[in-house]
Amino acid sequence: MSKMIGVDVGGTFTDVFVLDEAAGTAEVAKVPTTRPDQSGGFLDGIGQRVSDLSEISVVVHGTTAGTNALLERKGARIGVITTAGLRDVLEMRRRDRPRTWGLRGDFEPVVPRDLRLEVPERVLADGTIRTPVDLDAVRAAAAELLDQGCLAVAVMFANSYANAENEARAVAALREIWPNDHVSASSEILPEIREFERFSTTALNAYLQPEVSGYLDRLELALKDGGFGGEFMIVQSNGGVMAVDTASRLPVRTALSGPAAGVIAAGYIASEAGFDDVITGDMGGTSFDVSLIAGGKSMLSPQTSIDFGMVVRSPMIEITTIGAGGGSIAWVDKGGLLNIGPESAGSTPGPVAYGQGNDRPTVTDANVVLGRIDPESPIGGKLERLDVDGARAAIKVHVGDPLGLDPEAAAEAILRVANARMAGAIRLVSIERGFDPKRFAFMPFGGGGALHTGAMLAEVGIGRAIVPRYPGVTSAMGCVIADMRQDFVQTINALLDGLDADALASFMQDHVDRGLALLDAARTTFQAREIAFELDMAYVGQTHTVSVPIDVTVTHGTVTPPTQVEIAKAFDDAYLRAYGRLLKNGVRRVMNLRSAVTGKRPKFDLGTLAPVGGSAEAALKGQRRVHFGDQWFDTAIYNRLDLPVGAVIDGPAILEQPDTTVLIEPHLRGTVDAYGNTVIAAKEATP
Amino acid sequence: MSTEIDPITLAVLAGRMEQIADEMDATLFRAAFNPIIAEAHDASHGLYHATSGDTLVQGKSGLPIFVGVMSFAVKAVIDKAAEHGDLADGDIYIFNDAHIGGTHLSDMRLVRPYFHDGKLFCYLASVGHWHDVGGAVPGNYNPAATDAFQEAFVLPPVRLARGGEVNTDIIDILMRNTRLPQSAQGDLNGQLGALDLGVRRMDELLAEYGPDTVRAGLDALGERAETLMRSELEALPDGRWEATDYLDNDGITDVALPITVALEIRGDTMTLDFAGTAPRCAGPVNIALPTAVATAYVAIKHIFPDLPANAGVMRPISVLIPEGSMLSAKFPAPVGGYTETILRMIDVIFSAAAQAAPDRVVANAYGTINALSIAGKRKNGQPWVMFSFYGGGHGGSSESDGLNHGNAPISTATIPPMEILEAAYPVMFKQWALRPDSAGPGTHRGGMGAVYEIEVLEENGAEAFLFGERGRHAPQGVAGGGAAAMNRFEFEQDDGWHSPPLASKMRGIALRQGQSVRLETPGGGGYGAASGRAPAAVARDVAMGLLSAGEATKHYGDAWTKEPRT
Repeated sequence: MSKMIGVDVGGTFTDVFVLDEAAGTAEVAKVPTTRPDQSGGFLDGIGQRVSDLSEISVVVHGTTAGTNALLERKGARIGVITTAGLRDVLEMRRRDRPRTWGLRGDFEPVVPRDLRLEVPERVLADGTIRTPVDLDAVRAAAAELLDQGCLAVAVMFANSYANAENEARAVAALREIWPNDHVSASSEILPEIREFERFSTTALNAYLQPEVSGYLDRLELALKDGGFGGEFMIVQSNGGVMAVDTASRLPVRTALSGPAAGVIAAGYIASEAGFDDVITGDMGGTSFDVSLIAGGKSMLSPQTSIDFGMVVRSPMIEITTIGAGGGSIAWVDKGGLLNIGPESAGSTPGPVAYGQGNDRPTVTDANVVLGRIDPESPIGGKLERLDVDGARAAIKVHVGDPLGLDPEAAAEAILRVANARMAGAIRLVSIERGFDPKRFAFMPFGGGGALHTGAMLAEVGIGRAIVPRYPGVTSAMGCVIADMRQDFVQTINALLDGLDADALASFMQDHVDRGLALLDAARTTFQAREIAFELDMAYVGQTHTVSVPIDVTVTHGTVTPPTQVEIAKAFDDAYLRAYGRLLKNGVRRVMNLRSAVTGKRPKFDLGTLAPVGGSAEAALKGQRRVHFGDQWFDTAIYNRLDLPVGAVIDGPAILEQPDTTVLIEPHLRGTVDAYGNTVIAAKEATP
Repeated sequence: MSTEIDPITLAVLAGRMEQIADEMDATLFRAAFNPIIAEAHDASHGLYHATSGDTLVQGKSGLPIFVGVMSFAVKAVIDKAAEHGDLADGDIYIFNDAHIGGTHLSDMRLVRPYFHDGKLFCYLASVGHWHDVGGAVPGNYNPAATDAFQEAFVLPPVRLARGGEVNTDIIDILMRNTRLPQSAQGDLNGQLGALDLGVRRMDELLAEYGPDTVRAGLDALGERAETLMRSELEALPDGRWEATDYLDNDGITDVALPITVALEIRGDTMTLDFAGTAPRCAGPVNIALPTAVATAYVAIKHIFPDLPANAGVMRPISVLIPEGSMLSAKFPAPVGGYTETILRMIDVIFSAAAQAAPDRVVANAYGTINALSIAGKRKNGQPWVMFSFYGGGHGGSSESDGLNHGNAPISTATIPPMEILEAAYPVMFKQWALRPDSAGPGTHRGGMGAVYEIEVLEENGAEAFLFGERGRHAPQGVAGGGAAAMNRFEFEQDDGWHSPPLASKMRGIALRQGQSVRLETPGGGGYGAASGRAPAAVARDVAMGLLSAGEATKHYGDAWTKEPRT
């Protein structure tokens, strides 16, 4: 029972990370993702490395099942019961549009209008019940929805964040007659002001429940059948894990599960290696995902849109995506300008070099033509060898000829433009958070990121990059590292001066009780438990709130609530940090309470991953001509995993491993650190 | 072009310069105090030509209407600086005068010359919508204004900073003339910060590439935008197409105001001639010339969304605005209601362009901002003002039905959540819903408008005003599509429901506790003939309650009744 397993199911590959703490070893596996049922690849991946599932103590899963169901609109047929006059909130959104320019496009919510039924009931903003809920109408609505074949029902009433009584009574009545567990209330899912965001989150949760809980049940059953007797957990978008039954109840919290795990792993690896400020760049087939970790902490955003109009409000690791991935297509527009994306060849048909029918050049094709990717050993093992000539021909026709460049120069041009876009995303993410990117390290992960490391250093002005030892399975590794975390929110909406301290204290206590109960129920051991509170606050008249961290003592699970003076001081500090000045005579308002209860899981020693023995000479597997700038260089090719700790490799060099290629440009130097990471910096900057 | 520039450097430079503008946007959004900038992104930044003021590069996240209007602000400063004759590095001009800078007086414009090696290289500018700039009503939307002085204080271009030294006297004047000085100071600091960042980024860019390459890049980007525009126009047939639509009235007299355009394409050029448009009117639906030209730009960019935000786009296009018309009103004509006028300009441009290229153009959107204010005093004497804009349907397109409940084409602002409004003000929304039968019929119908019914909960009652349009003239379809439902506003009095005499404009509506107002907004126009719509799609709209059976048969015939219910 000493093995911990992380499984990340991505769009193309399912990655498995197996940590055997007792033996001090780690292994990885990469298998094709199976569709539509991802459980096939999941079990296959584990089976490649572990024959006896009873040896496994923990399986942690980063999943895109929920995200895919949302993007492909493959959730369940569900119904909504809502306040009279408000059935269209889900469809009206916040009066936005898909794109700034063009005015094209429409929107269909996941629940069609005839399955959104209204009942008499009304709660006012101060919590007063103006109209008690008509339970006969609720039952009649339920009967109609069942008749229409709905598998889940969501109750969403106006102002239920302020008083949940009408919703609670409706849900109680429904649970007596609804044939399954899939009955939810907006005040249970998200007791927070803003009806569209709350309704959308609740509806999307209900939409996912039948699908995701079925998928997770199948996985759990298959694991148990194989002899697995440990804990099965799921990564949430906030970067923490939750028990599988919580995930079945709150599947909407898995929306960014996999990418979040990657950022968690990146943050841990970087901080162990001595970099607390790091910007991660995950380059996949269609996108480049940027995330920022400052002082060892990843940024959380309060909500995200999975697609236009599909808002999920629950804390998520903040990840900014631009459409510049390995499969992004390079093209020359009518004005003669070279563009990259947003159109992508994805993984099917993929780049021209994959020989699967695409004939328009991609970023990966440029890397292939310049010798940066080994055509003889394509990632994932699906292909025999890459079609270099095809890639070169496509670049010549679509980019080289229109611009009057030879294919190599055209390929360099594609990379320069792609790199400039990626660097732009990194700069913008930093500026938007108020940071100067130059003081950060860059950590590429995903299959393609490490090919572009040097360019990111040069374009953004970053001093060094750190390439993790297994960049292609970072998300799977993050599954093993992530803490267990539950987030809670409750709208307070009161002036600080008139704040009901007892009510605040009881909300805090309730959050702590529920959070600790979930930790207690887990069969995992925790090194420590952490409880953090924040208040969303603003001056009266401002709609934009600032997050105010509040120091609160919790002794043996009992909360000692903060005083008004303490809250006022905390607000002033946070406001000053955000805006630089306070508002004279401003009246402070408390909008929401946010609580996070975290169980810190034991961290494994990254040294486990470090290479043992070896030498740079033995790791050298040959030479290849690689194009940098405007010329070809004879370039040393190393087996990256065979390089010993302390190895120093001067560019130009390429470090290869099964799922990743690390490029060290001529002016750069790579050094293998104590954990097997490769730290890359300018030659003159490294001793 | 003086210096030749290679295509790769050009592509990289294009991204880098767009990035500078984007970073300036981000800097202000983060620092701004007022939610109109911080959340609704009613602001914009860019780089402008040193002598012409033409837009070189503009940020992608700011408000669409600013894309065309900012160059006028810069040109105004160029002219003023020429008068002064001593433009220096570190100077910053500030002004809000809408008659020379476009839009309305709430938009505060900061313009800063950028020098490299002692020589003027280009201008950087920042515009942001301040929360309050004095005038008769808080927030500066005065529906009864008959001149600019009733709308806000008017600041011509003046030097806020000389050689890097800020003139605090000007800040003192500004802060004494706004009801919300803290907010204004916060926004001003944010705009100054954005300009500082722009200067730093330009320094880095020029250090890396050298001024000649960057200048050559800017020239090339302008030429490229022009080439793109010309190739788009070249692909369209030659001809002349006209369209006329109407504003209901100016809020003072109930006379319809025509807005007419003749769109002419000859080879790779286009002319938009607004001859036949109503003359300057008494009420605040006039606009200044810069606003009119910028609006043409917005319409063009909606038709050709992939074109860059660069003045080169407009080189092949002539915009002719008749002297003395409501589209070229002179100071001090009131312009506070400019949104309604420019929305109608966009509508007629769409209607005319659709005749030339039906598949490129979407039908008219709902076409009114519907500024609705409900205000009063609470029992404790504290005043409250709920002021918001409301959404409607977008037009159908060659690809799909129009978007239900979208934002105006000139803006990207979202609507505040109902619960936030109910928590802040003593009102209750009895309806916040789609409006059935509001979409213009068509092969692809328009998007649905909305119904908002709002009850006053305050014992003291309240007073309401509305500034809207499309109460007498419906949003039009294109390519044979039909018109949408018109705007409708009703308010409750002791003797029942009433409508405003001027359709969608009225102030001083007294409401008692328990009385309501109901705003029903237009949908979007339809695209293509209604006969082309699939009966199943019609049946679905009926099943969803978006279309009544009677209207369905009226517009689409009865084929839909034979569809099986899905």
